[in-house]
Amino acid sequence: MSEPFFELKGSLFTLSVIHSNDLSVAGLQSALQQKLNQAPGFFHQAAMVIQLTPEHQSLDFNALKQLFQQLKLVLVGVSGATAEQKQQAQAAGLAVLRLGQDNKPVVAPSTSVGETPVEQVPMQSKLVEQTIRSGQQIYAKGADLIVRGSVGAGAEVIADGNIHIYGTLRGKAIAGASGDTSKRIFCHQLQAELVSIAGHYWLSDSLQGEYWNKAACIRMQDNSIAISEL
Amino acid sequence: MAKIIVVTSGKGGVGKTTSSAAIGTGLALSGHKTVIVDFDIGLRNLDLIMGCERRVVYDFVNVINGEANLKQTLIKDKRVENLFILPASQTRDKDALTKEGVEKVLNELAKDFEFIICDSPAGIEAGAMMALYFADEAVVVTNPEVSSVRDSDRILGMLSSKSRRAERGEDAIKEHLLLTRYNPERVAKGEMLSVDDVQEILAIPLIGVIPESQAVLNASNSGQPVTLDQDSDAGQAYLDTVSRLLGNDVDFRFLTVEKKGLLKRIFGG
Repeated sequence: MSEPFFELKGSLFTLSVIHSNDLSVAGLQSALQQKLNQAPGFFHQAAMVIQLTPEHQSLDFNALKQLFQQLKLVLVGVSGATAEQKQQAQAAGLAVLRLGQDNKPVVAPSTSVGETPVEQVPMQSKLVEQTIRSGQQIYAKGADLIVRGSVGAGAEVIADGNIHIYGTLRGKAIAGASGDTSKRIFCHQLQAELVSIAGHYWLSDSLQGEYWNKAACIRMQDNSIAISEL
Repeated sequence: MAKIIVVTSGKGGVGKTTSSAAIGTGLALSGHKTVIVDFDIGLRNLDLIMGCERRVVYDFVNVINGEANLKQTLIKDKRVENLFILPASQTRDKDALTKEGVEKVLNELAKDFEFIICDSPAGIEAGAMMALYFADEAVVVTNPEVSSVRDSDRILGMLSSKSRRAERGEDAIKEHLLLTRYNPERVAKGEMLSVDDVQEILAIPLIGVIPESQAVLNASNSGQPVTLDQDSDAGQAYLDTVSRLLGNDVDFRFLTVEKKGLLKRIFGG
């Protein structure tokens, strides 16, 4: 795995995050230059974040900052930093960010919610146009999820925000996955295997009442899940 | 340009091989040069259904490994003009197929044939993925019961994410739903899912409904593709399916319980 790799990945902040095992000034320069040559103009003055790993040692953040300036890029910060790296980055005036992997949301229905701090979810949404098939899993991180089709039995839709399903919900829907109890699930037809809001969940058995097969809204009320007609 | 059609289902025993044989034969009967490729390496069945098991000399894996050429390996059907079979290997397993090898063989077949029917193995593992990877169209064979429908749903997800077309960002694979073992009487009694139920769940266009029929079993046992039994309901339903696959608009038959006429009721039918 020591093969040099380099890639740019977009993140929720619409920042590009650099993943590379070679963060020396020279190494990064050639890799960045290569990328810039592929799309001159596209990355002009783009804000970027460097993903660190504990393997990255004694990095010269000031030199890196200068390199970015030369290349007409803006290095705004680092993520995944160890305590030592954090100190060095901050000394160089860089922001220390936390990537989603550093604090995975609670998706397991059994995990208690009390421990995870409720994260204020920015208003964004992820739109899926087609039907979600059995075995597929869609996660809208820090966003609402909108599905135009149905969610098949055995499929899972997860969102930190609200979930809107314009078809039939046959699989599992987990809203407020990072612990926000104010999030809701809306679906055009309720036939779900499981619905969960911020870790509280109901299985299919509990759902098969008045609202089964109907358009429904699922939300939290007095610390328990409540369903109402849409 | 040859059209590559995968016949797949996820679940086993729903009629993939029977349908591959019937559809391939139907296409050849309509004058299109067709080859049916058995991707079920290690569980070779297509040759039995096609009645050419004693004529298998070389197989798909031999061609991939360069031990035989296609001309030596393809088996020409004795009953229908324009119909060929590429048999699977019985002694190897699914790992014998490589993407490069399969691509090479399909490219070579594409030069000669109008339709390449890929008879997929059951499951969602390497063998099934290989069968669907290069497809232009997919016939998803489903029985009107919940487990088959769910597995079809799963394979539809695979078709839209794991195929070459998906990886290259080209137009999606054209998906068709083929409902087999359909029994209108049991649907009426509520013992079986109806066409509408299945279509509502899978949400893809219907290409055919094959009634549950003794003719299918007889055909399999005698090594005759059921399309050749044109007096049977299943044979006719498959011919309708082939016609729709070729772009014709054909009404669906065999969807409702046949009303017994007075004579039939008196004398038994």
